This record gives sequence, structure tokens and C-alpha cells, in this order.
Amino acid sequence: MTAGTLPPPRTVVGPIAWLRANLFSGPISSVLTIIIGLGLAWVLLQVGTWAATEARWGVVTNNLRLFLIGQFPPDQAWRVVLNLTMLSLLGGLSAAVYGQATRTLAVTLSVIQLMVAGLMVPSPIGILPVAAMLGNAALVWVAFVLGRRVSIPTRPIMIGWLLSLPATFLLLNGIEGTPFPSISTNAWGGLLLTVLLATVGILLSFPLGVLLALGRRSQLPIIQGLSTGYIELIRGVPLVTILFMADLILPLFLPGEWRLDRVARAMGGITLFSAAYVAENVRGGLQAIPTGQVEAAQALGLNGVQTNLYIVLPQALRSVIPANVGLFISLLKDTTLVTIIGLLELLGIGRAVLAQSESFGAHLEVYAFIAGVFFVLCYAMSQASYRLERAMGVGTR
Amino acid sequence: MTPAPDHPHAAVPPWRDVRVLRIVAQAVALLVVAVLIGIAVRNMLMAMEARGLGFGFGFLNRSAGFEISESPIPYRPSDTYGTAFIVGLLNTLFVSVIGIVLATVLGIIVGVARLSPNWLVNKVAAGYVELMRNTPLLVQLFIIYFAIFLQLPSVGDTLAWGEGVFLNQRGVFVPGPQAQAGLVPWLALVAAGVVVAIGASRVASSRELDGRPVPGLRLAGIGVLLVLVFGGWAVTGPFAFDLPVRERFNFVGGLRLSPEFSALLFGLVIYTAAFIGEVVRGGIQAVRRGQVEAARALGLSEGQTLRLIVFPQAMRVIVPPLTSQYLNLAKNSSLAVAIGYPDLFKVGQTMANQTGQPVPVLVLIMGTYLAISLVTSLFMNIYNRRVQVLER
Repeated sequence: MTAGTLPPPRTVVGPIAWLRANLFSGPISSVLTIIIGLGLAWVLLQVGTWAATEARWGVVTNNLRLFLIGQFPPDQAWRVVLNLTMLSLLGGLSAAVYGQATRTLAVTLSVIQLMVAGLMVPSPIGILPVAAMLGNAALVWVAFVLGRRVSIPTRPIMIGWLLSLPATFLLLNGIEGTPFPSISTNAWGGLLLTVLLATVGILLSFPLGVLLALGRRSQLPIIQGLSTGYIELIRGVPLVTILFMADLILPLFLPGEWRLDRVARAMGGITLFSAAYVAENVRGGLQAIPTGQVEAAQALGLNGVQTNLYIVLPQALRSVIPANVGLFISLLKDTTLVTIIGLLELLGIGRAVLAQSESFGAHLEVYAFIAGVFFVLCYAMSQASYRLERAMGVGTR
Repeated sequence: MTPAPDHPHAAVPPWRDVRVLRIVAQAVALLVVAVLIGIAVRNMLMAMEARGLGFGFGFLNRSAGFEISESPIPYRPSDTYGTAFIVGLLNTLFVSVIGIVLATVLGIIVGVARLSPNWLVNKVAAGYVELMRNTPLLVQLFIIYFAIFLQLPSVGDTLAWGEGVFLNQRGVFVPGPQAQAGLVPWLALVAAGVVVAIGASRVASSRELDGRPVPGLRLAGIGVLLVLVFGGWAVTGPFAFDLPVRERFNFVGGLRLSPEFSALLFGLVIYTAAFIGEVVRGGIQAVRRGQVEAARALGLSEGQTLRLIVFPQAMRVIVPPLTSQYLNLAKNSSLAVAIGYPDLFKVGQTMANQTGQPVPVLVLIMGTYLAISLVTSLFMNIYNRRVQVLER
């Protein structure tokens, strides 16, 4: 090569350059790429072969109704679908009216229903529930589009949400002597119970958590001490011990004639547990409010209650929504622990299915399926909440 | 400034006086809580009475009468409930401490891998983190225990790794270290080595800051430590290893880790490592690029930049969330109950069932977990105070 002639420039764009920059940038990087690539390929091949040839997925598809709604009577399953229709409508409308904050909910609702519909296709449940689920999932988006075209006042939607929790209970629990015969909560199970436990837990614990957070920041030493003590006690012990308490000891604390069924006890335990974590989230939001806001409120002559109610809380609560979505996700995962006190939520149903003689030894199929369901739900929600967080500018102000 | 009036509250009636209201509000809150607790305790005592059971911690001195499948201290069913409880506590501490150490190591690897410029390493680590964080720990434990550890080959078809490590349905068998007479001298040599290495590092740092660096001093310190650790090992022979030996139906000797313990430890480690990985990644990313660039501009080497600039600043961000991950791991070890490892909660549950005294047992369990949490927080807070930058 003569002096002055330079070699042609190395490629800086295109697949080869990408490979060189991202996978084979140096000797160590290349060795890592090859070792990890081979390892990953081997694992994927093993798992793929197992899933495609050896796995008895029939254990899952044949018992799909149990996994979804537990022992809920099959001829009453339409009540669950109807309830979902109601929530889909509300969720879609809210996403349109309230914007960002409720989109997570709408996305989750449609994801759950699409996933369920997808699971139902290979199972012997029939075509009608599949259609109903797909219809519900579509309804979320129809309501969303509708809500953006037509201006809908926020008050009816707010009232709808407030009524939705008692309506859900009424619909699922039923009343004797009507077309909705009463169904004992012992029959509730599967994914239905998992979602119910987590939802009720986060909703009921919210007011309690806000009060505890305000209490912890209070100037009054006794109220501050009680709130701090409660929060730290609950956060210092595992959820299983709280569930154990709710299951065995709460009945002892109540007057003899009061009877709480197991689902209610588990809900109580989860609510008491998550209240402490909600309180810490809310406290974070409260601390982020500049002191000037409180001082301005005092200068305007608002008293303590008014300052909190009109100035501090509206700002604080808005900023803790993403953190509470995160809490809901971990609560959803934590509901699996009620299996330990004998409730048949998704994981508990999985164990019950494994106890059947025809599903002997199908541990991996059942647990992989359950893990997959949780993964889809939690991943969808965490991605939505991540977007929400960025849209709201939390942490970037 | 106008002088304050002599009696600012004279005209304010007591029901509008803030000072009075404060005291009243607190008294009411205290009263409500006290009454609620009082009613609950009264109901509980009545319910216990109706069942013919008293209330108290006296049962702790009675004989437990149940087996515990594994215990770090000698335990027989004829021992007291108190001893059984301590066995459970030791099992919880055992799995938590080992779990925290392993999860930290794996978590740092995951966190660094998440920052790797290598696309494949980065994506594999990201996939691992998402998979772990978005599925319940209990489901992971069930997969690991029921679908992996209990499906291992029987003793006859044991998986062997070299001469000393065996894996089968009965658990994991590894060589068991047994202390010899040389242990104390060896530990003394190791301690001396650590002192030399730390001293060399201190001197090297101060000379570096003075601008009179001693090249290789730090390496020499580490070299002395390694020589003392390994050379000392060869000379004194602190441990003898008892190899597991296959007999007709089982292995004897060595150290047996039960399937329950192994599955719990494995599950806790891989779950918590994903969270620790994100904490580590966040901490390293929180150090501004300008800091690294400034260090380069000052002429610090790659290693010095990491050690003196990036690491101390990352630790400030890492330590508080790392503490809560450690606490989570200790609390999550209570899921042992679902796969039958006799931890604090599992032993406590058995005690509650046998004695019919769920309330005192639960008070003990919760108090113990609370104490573990508080002690861990205390140590981590002390460490945290050391890594925080002192501000005005």
C-alpha cells in the first residue's frame, strides 16, 4: 500500500456495523456474546421443545373455567361477564374524560379480557363467552372513542364508579329469590378472586392510608405516634402473618355473634396491610408539596382541615397515582399468599387442579400458566404506569 | 412591629382555642384506640374462656412434641416450645443471611449487565428482571420446589458434579467443612492479612491525594492477604472436608441441604436479585456524566474514577432502597411455610395449632420479625450515614 492511500472506511451503518458495535465491540464482548447466545439458544430450545411436545396443556385448558372463576356456578357465569361489561364501559369513558390517569385502568381492562378470550379459544367453554369477552374488550375502546367525540359530564361517571363496587358485590353475591340467586363467597375463586382481593384491598385501604399519612405528619404527638407505630408495625412484618391474624385472630377479637366469611377476612387483612404502604406513598406526595402552598393557604385564612382538603391533598394525591399503581401490581402478586390460609384464588385453584388424579405431576404446566397470566397482567400495568409517570412528569420536575 | 397583646387568647372561647382543641383531639384519638383494643381483648378473653383455654406465654416451657425436619442446633420433640421457636428463628436467619449475601452478588452482576453496551447481555438481563418482577414469588417458589427440586432424579440416578457435589430428590449434597485445630491460627493469619491490605490501601490513598503515589502498593497489600489466606490454609489446615458418600439408599456424610431449604434459598435469591439489579442500575445511572468527564479531565485513571468518583456517589443512592430489599427478603422468607421449610412462621403456625394459643404465638412471631427488621434497618442506617456526603 502506498503512502497517501487510505483503506476504504469501515461500514458505520447497516446490520454488520450494528453487530460490530453492539455485539462484537471487543474480545471480551465477543466472548460474552457467544457464550450467552449459545446458553440462551439452548434454554429456549429446551423450553420450546417441552412446551410444544411434552407439556400436557390439556390440564389447563380443560380446567380453564376453574382457573377463571373458581367454583362460581357455570350457569351464573354471565354475571361476571355483565359486571365486566359495566366496568369496561366506565373504564373506557373515564379514559376519555379524565385522560392520562385512568388510561392504565382502561388498558388493563381490555388486556385482561383479550387474554381471557384468547385462553378460552382452545378450551371446551364454547364460543359465546369468547364473543362476550371480545365484545367487552372492544367496548372499552368504543366507549373511549365515544367519550372523546361527545362531551360527557364527569359527575355521572364519578357516581358510576362510586356505585360500581357495591354493584359488583351485589351482582356477584346475588339476592335470594331474584334472577340473581345468592352465591356464597366460598364459591368465588380463580382469577376473579385474585383481581377482587387486590382491587378491594387497594380501594378500601386508600382512605385509611391517607388518614395515616396525614396522622404521621401531624403536629400532635399522640396522633403522630399512633400513626407511625401502626405503619412501622405493619411494614415490619410479612403479609403472611397479617393474613394469619385476619384468619385466626380477627374472629376472636369480634363479638361472638359476628361471623365473617373467609373471603371477607382475607380482604380485611389485605386492606390493613396495604393501608400502611398507601400511607407511605401518600406521605411521599405530601412531602413533595412546597411549604409555600401551606403558608399561602394559612395567609388566606384557611384552617388546618381546609388547607389539607382544598390545597394539599388534591396536589399530593395526584402525584402519588403512579406509585399506587405500582402498589396495586405488587398487591395483585401478593394475593397469591391467601393460598396459604386456604382460599382458592388463581394459585389455590392451581393446587386444587393438581390434586385431581388426571392432572398428576403436571406441576410445571399449571404453575407456568399461572405465572404467565400474572406476567401479562403485571407487565401491561407496569408499562402503562411507566407511561403515566412520564406523562405526568413525576420525578422530572 | 406592634407589641403582642397581653392576653391573645382571652377573647377566644375554649371550643375555638387551638391549644385546647389539640389536646381534646389527641385525647379522643387515644380514647377511641384504647376502647377498640379493650373491646377486642375482652372479646378474645371471653372466646378463649369459652374454649376452656387461658391466655399466656406459659406454654413456652411445655414440651413441644413435634418434629422439626431440619435444625442448626440439636432439637428433639421432647424439647420445649421455646426451643422449637428458637429453631424456627435460627432457620429464618440462616436462609435470610445466606440469601442476602447471594442476592447482593447476583444483583450487582444483573445491575452491571443492564448497563452493558453489549446488546445481548443487556437484553438478557432486562428480560430476567421483567420476568422476575412481574410474577409472584410464591408461584416461582412452587415452580422451583414442585417442578424442579422434587422432580430431580432419585438417589439411584443422582446427578454428580465432580467428587463432592451431588443433586437428587433428597436434596443437595456438598462437602461438609469440619473445623480442625488449625482453624484459630488460620483465622489469625487472615485477620493479619486483612489489616495489612487495609493499611496498604489507606496509605496508598493518602499518598495518591498528596500527589506522591506509590505504584503497586495496593496490589502488594492484596497480594500479602492472598498469600496469608491460601498459604496459611495449606500450612495450618483449618478445615477437613467430609465428602458425601453414596450408600445403598442414601448419601451419608457431607453437608445435606434439604430440597425445601435449597428451593427457598434459590427462589429468594433469584427474585430479590432482580430488584437489587434495578437498584444498582439506578444508583450507577444517577451519577452524572459530568462527574466521570471531570475525573478524566483531572487525569484520574479508569480504576480511580470508578473507585473515587462513581462508586461513592452511587452508594448514596443505592443504600436506602437496598435496605428495603434486604428487609423484603427476610420477610419473604416466611413463604417457606408453603413449601415446608421449618422457618419462624412455619414453626409458629404449628405451635399455634397445637397449643390453641394463636394470639400469644402471633405476638411472638410479629415481634420477632419486627425486631429483625429494626436491627437490619439500624445496621443499614449506620452504614448509610457513613456513605452519605456530609452537607453543611
